[in-house]
Amino acid sequence: MDYYEIASEAINTLRVNKLRTSLAVLGIVIGIGSVIALVSLGQASQKAIESQIQSLGSNLLTISPSAQRSGGVQGAPGSSTTLTNADAESIANSDQITVIKTVSPEYSGRSQITTSQANSNTNVIGSTPAYMEVHKIEIATGSFISETDLKAMSKVAVIGPTTAATLFGEGVDPIGQTVRINGNVFTIIGLTVSKGGTGFQNQDDVLYVPLTTAQKQLFGKSHLTSIAITATSEDAMTQAQNEVGYLLLERHKLNDPSEADFSIFSQQDILNTASSVTGTFTTLLSGVAAISLLVGGIGIMNIMLVTVTERTREIGLRKALGAKKKDIITQFLVESVILTFSGGAFGILLGIGASYLYSVITHSAFVISPTSIILAFVVSATIGVIFGWYPARQAANLQPIEALRYE
Amino acid sequence: MKKPIIELNNVSKVYQTDTITTIALENISFTVNKGEFVAIMGPSGSGKSTLMHILGALDLPSSGQYFLDGELVEKLTDDELSDIRNRKIGFIFQAFNLLPRTPAIKNVMLPMAYAAHDKKESEKKAKQYLEMVGLGHRLYHTTNQLSGGQQQRVAIARGIAMNPALLLADEPTGNIASSQADEIMSIFQKLHREGHTIIMITHEPDIAHHAQRIIHIKDGRLYKDETNLKPTQAKAKLQQDI
Repeated sequence: MDYYEIASEAINTLRVNKLRTSLAVLGIVIGIGSVIALVSLGQASQKAIESQIQSLGSNLLTISPSAQRSGGVQGAPGSSTTLTNADAESIANSDQITVIKTVSPEYSGRSQITTSQANSNTNVIGSTPAYMEVHKIEIATGSFISETDLKAMSKVAVIGPTTAATLFGEGVDPIGQTVRINGNVFTIIGLTVSKGGTGFQNQDDVLYVPLTTAQKQLFGKSHLTSIAITATSEDAMTQAQNEVGYLLLERHKLNDPSEADFSIFSQQDILNTASSVTGTFTTLLSGVAAISLLVGGIGIMNIMLVTVTERTREIGLRKALGAKKKDIITQFLVESVILTFSGGAFGILLGIGASYLYSVITHSAFVISPTSIILAFVVSATIGVIFGWYPARQAANLQPIEALRYE
Repeated sequence: MKKPIIELNNVSKVYQTDTITTIALENISFTVNKGEFVAIMGPSGSGKSTLMHILGALDLPSSGQYFLDGELVEKLTDDELSDIRNRKIGFIFQAFNLLPRTPAIKNVMLPMAYAAHDKKESEKKAKQYLEMVGLGHRLYHTTNQLSGGQQQRVAIARGIAMNPALLLADEPTGNIASSQADEIMSIFQKLHREGHTIIMITHEPDIAHHAQRIIHIKDGRLYKDETNLKPTQAKAKLQQDI
């Protein structure tokens, strides 16, 4: 019997019991649908994180002070004041440093920024002109903080687009406007181009002021919260990390790297951590979806067993007319594969629909990987074969006399 | 001398459960030559169904030999038996046993499909056989749209589709009205005239009388083997439009 014939016979049989067929398929639809949706969701968030981190620069290293150990008491991470302007200067000027291009000392803290109409709790970053290059900041209008501003401790600020919109309203040119931070009046001299990102990670909700102004006038501190540096190339990242590490250990008079009162991490480190977190989530959710797929497969097997019992006479007749075991097995396997395959197709549509809806609601990227679709098809067909096999064998092993006698 | 189509040598069939041994057939021997129309008669419980299963290669004898068209049917695998049934035997069952919700022509094509015959060729033959049993106008009617007599005629067309050595009919008129039974007998007699070998199992003497030879079975033994010199002639004329 040719496969076309077998398939059209199978479809006819399945059509007769529409309700039963669709209920049997539902398990597979939900299983495949959730796998597709969850995988695409995971990939979308992965992509979002990657692009956000990449936008910060791929050869960026960040040095931050780490918790200081003193007499067995460990402070909160980042709480110490061990990084100084002198550290940054020595990184920039030392002979030991060979593969570092730019050094950007930074002091950042959250502050309440007010205008006469509005206010915003925003990340205020004390920066030097190097900040712009290191963090790939682009200026939309006006200019960034200059050496002159730094030396003169000017009360000028460069504003992020989100903050500008909050304080002055959408589409209003902020240049020349003034804001108040902790009682000081700052004049806006520049507006940055949007970098994207949402929520806590929003890189557009920010206000840049000269580092000297931030340290002395705003926060009254002399240390740095971080030093960002760029390596000359991506390949030199490890070397840069080592050079800076040893220099700082030496400067801080520490012998053992395990006692370091600072930590250096690259964008790649952050990316890896974030990826492994989303990866774990995706795996976990896919596991749950796989279980529902398994349950769906058992549903298919159940229906196929019922079908075999119902059609005992037909199977007997077919064997009497010359059907071999192989013919009967093929017939029932084709039926169960058609069941799971159509379930898979509907499941893919459902999954794509669900993830599209998610992306619209959350304004996130809509990613569907062809691999997951191909995989879904392969998996659903395989489930058909696996769970159809036992019922099909039961059918093929029926003795024709018994089967013909069966009422 | 040419080989007989059916040759049974001391065929017995014994069913054994833990405690009870039932002898369904005991030392049955007879031969059927090509072109004969034989009725096997017996009351229910006489073992004629068991005999039909053995003749149809649906079951194997416990002892004795059964030659079907020169081939010894003995310890064969399921698949080998399927193959023999497919090539050598055309079945006609009491309950018709057509595929439900399937067009008549597909039913007739089924044995040819299992023999992997060319589809176009099978379709042509199926059409021809259905015309022969007077159903040329019902080719694409599904099983449930046909009367009992019409269904049995589809089954006959299916039975002769592989041009088998033997047509084996089990109570072919048992489930249909007597007026239509006459039509079935008329087709059998026509096939007989054309040279087909037919064995028909029945418990109705009237029906058995259409055959040339009547074998009586009683309590699992061959009780009488008579030649019917004046078979009843079925009068029904096959009409194309019923």
